[in-house]
Amino acid sequence: MSALIRVENLVRDFDVSKPWLNRVIERLPRAKLRAVADVSFEIEERSVYALVGESGSGKSTIGRIIAGLIPASAGRVVIDGVDIVDQGGPDAVRSELQMIFQDPYASLNPRWKVRDIIAEPVAVRGERTQGLAEKLLEQVGLSATDAGKFPHEFSGGQRQRICIARALASNPKIIICDEPTSALDVSVQSQVLNLMSDLREEMGLTYLFISHDLTVVRHMADRIGVLYLGSLVEEAPRDRLFDAPKHPYTRMLFDAAPRMDAFGREVDPPKGEIPDAINPPPGCPYHPRCPLATQICKEEHPAPRMIGETRVRCHHAE
Amino acid sequence: MSEPVLSVRDLVVEIPTRHGVLRPVDGVSYDIAAGEILGVVGESGAGKSMTGNAVIGLLDRPARIASGEVLLQGQPIHQLQGAALRKLRGRHMGMIFQDPLTSLNPLLTVGDQLTETIQEHLDLSASQAHERAIAALDEVGIPAARQRIDSYPHEFSGGMRQRVVIALALCAEPELIIADEPTTALDVSVQAQIIALLRRLCRERGVAVMLVTHDMGVIAEAADRVAVMYAGRLAELGPVREVVTQARHPYTAGLMASTPVASQGQKRLRQIPGAMPRLDAVPAGCAFHPRCERAQARCRQAPGPTLQACDGRAACWFPITHEQEATL
Repeated sequence: MSALIRVENLVRDFDVSKPWLNRVIERLPRAKLRAVADVSFEIEERSVYALVGESGSGKSTIGRIIAGLIPASAGRVVIDGVDIVDQGGPDAVRSELQMIFQDPYASLNPRWKVRDIIAEPVAVRGERTQGLAEKLLEQVGLSATDAGKFPHEFSGGQRQRICIARALASNPKIIICDEPTSALDVSVQSQVLNLMSDLREEMGLTYLFISHDLTVVRHMADRIGVLYLGSLVEEAPRDRLFDAPKHPYTRMLFDAAPRMDAFGREVDPPKGEIPDAINPPPGCPYHPRCPLATQICKEEHPAPRMIGETRVRCHHAE
Repeated sequence: MSEPVLSVRDLVVEIPTRHGVLRPVDGVSYDIAAGEILGVVGESGAGKSMTGNAVIGLLDRPARIASGEVLLQGQPIHQLQGAALRKLRGRHMGMIFQDPLTSLNPLLTVGDQLTETIQEHLDLSASQAHERAIAALDEVGIPAARQRIDSYPHEFSGGMRQRVVIALALCAEPELIIADEPTTALDVSVQAQIIALLRRLCRERGVAVMLVTHDMGVIAEAADRVAVMYAGRLAELGPVREVVTQARHPYTAGLMASTPVASQGQKRLRQIPGAMPRLDAVPAGCAFHPRCERAQARCRQAPGPTLQACDGRAACWFPITHEQEATL
């Protein structure tokens, strides 16, 4: 099996320095926020790869780099054999890639008719768009007559269907979904997730699925990467990850997630919070909160190593 | 059993509009006892936040309580206005909102905000109020409370800010807390901390908590009893374990089945067809009947089922009995 997307040692820094004059007066150095630190993974064709993590873990940044919305600082992103970091942007693979965003209220132009919104990715290439929007609307479970309406006439779930239709218009191979159902109610979420599963089967799509919701990820993904402060701390096939989480952070995340069968559960809530990404702790970024931490964790960032099918970055995982 | 802290009886909230009167809350009744957490779940627009706002007197005009009553420790409070209501809020009822950043004043230190609230409601000197504010921060688990009390809200992280809001709601020792989506804006690990905190405070201080959320997982973990709302009405009310594992109302059952974790290992999620009706188009009879696979002629006729008219647990003429559920 060949990988459709290969991400190697991806790094992305954001400049969070104070303005130039403040730096001079207060004698401050430039400040850098490392949102993505040395992340590598591969996504196989026709699979669903999920990135999970809490806010600030870098999951959306990775998605945006792969979509070509922001450049990488270092590393390689190879999509279908083309390195989009080296070869000056993702134009060569642009049409193979589409993105679905979290907020279906913000990602549709309120002044455009649905027909124009959906057909735009094809229209910009100068191709024929006759009947395209109508066909796609039916494919995502809306009616062809909806093409003449404006976005405000639809509910949140229906808008997300329109976003999906737009993403499908240019016949992409890869769809990057950044929290596609976080803004939706549970019963609507299940409709959208089912639609995404169906489309994947019908059209042979590959998804990069970005979410903080473990239950959704468990339902959708084939392979899951867990991010913490920009590092990929654990990566494994879905069942492996959920049956035998290796990294202490992954375990903490699983324990903390609310469960439907945990009535009146008395657990020790996890300690601490995600540290400041501008001054991350030295060594393993998780060591200040980690129950297994020892001296080596404070000094050395663990290298990724394989335990069975799981790739984990931890000195003590076994 | 002692008198419930909060009793809501047939509460109806109406919003008059040019196109007719909307009823975002339509005949809701429930009690909350001291030391109990009542979870209120429902999808957006089900009326769960509106119920909480009506109880605490925060309805924005033109929304108003049209009928029904709200009793706080036996005293009717739904007709109070102005100063009388303000006296009640904070002293007897605390409120925790979803977004901790917008519920704190960015220009005042958290200490100023706490001491202001404390002195407003309790007869304490400035230094006593200050000590009490420190104790309140300490109680909600803010480390080094004595130093942090002079910090501004922006100097706290999201989870710490929500703790400050909880301290603010608790500092005058109210009997009732209304928490409206208190963990929705937070990460899972912080969410677990806040839920544990709410439960501890509820247990130790015997506060009654109304926990409004859309997250069934949070409800299952935190609440003692749960009220499921649909289109402004109560669909089901009962002990959380029974409602989650043996839902009687078809809507509750559908809601449970459509959360991904419940259908683990299945390729497709169960889905409820359609969407919740808009407030200006709530169907006659049972509001859920157009989406319900068990609907019969009676469900389409007014009056619709209510908890009182049915078995007191599910507002459904044809509730799912436990035997049937085993075959589903």
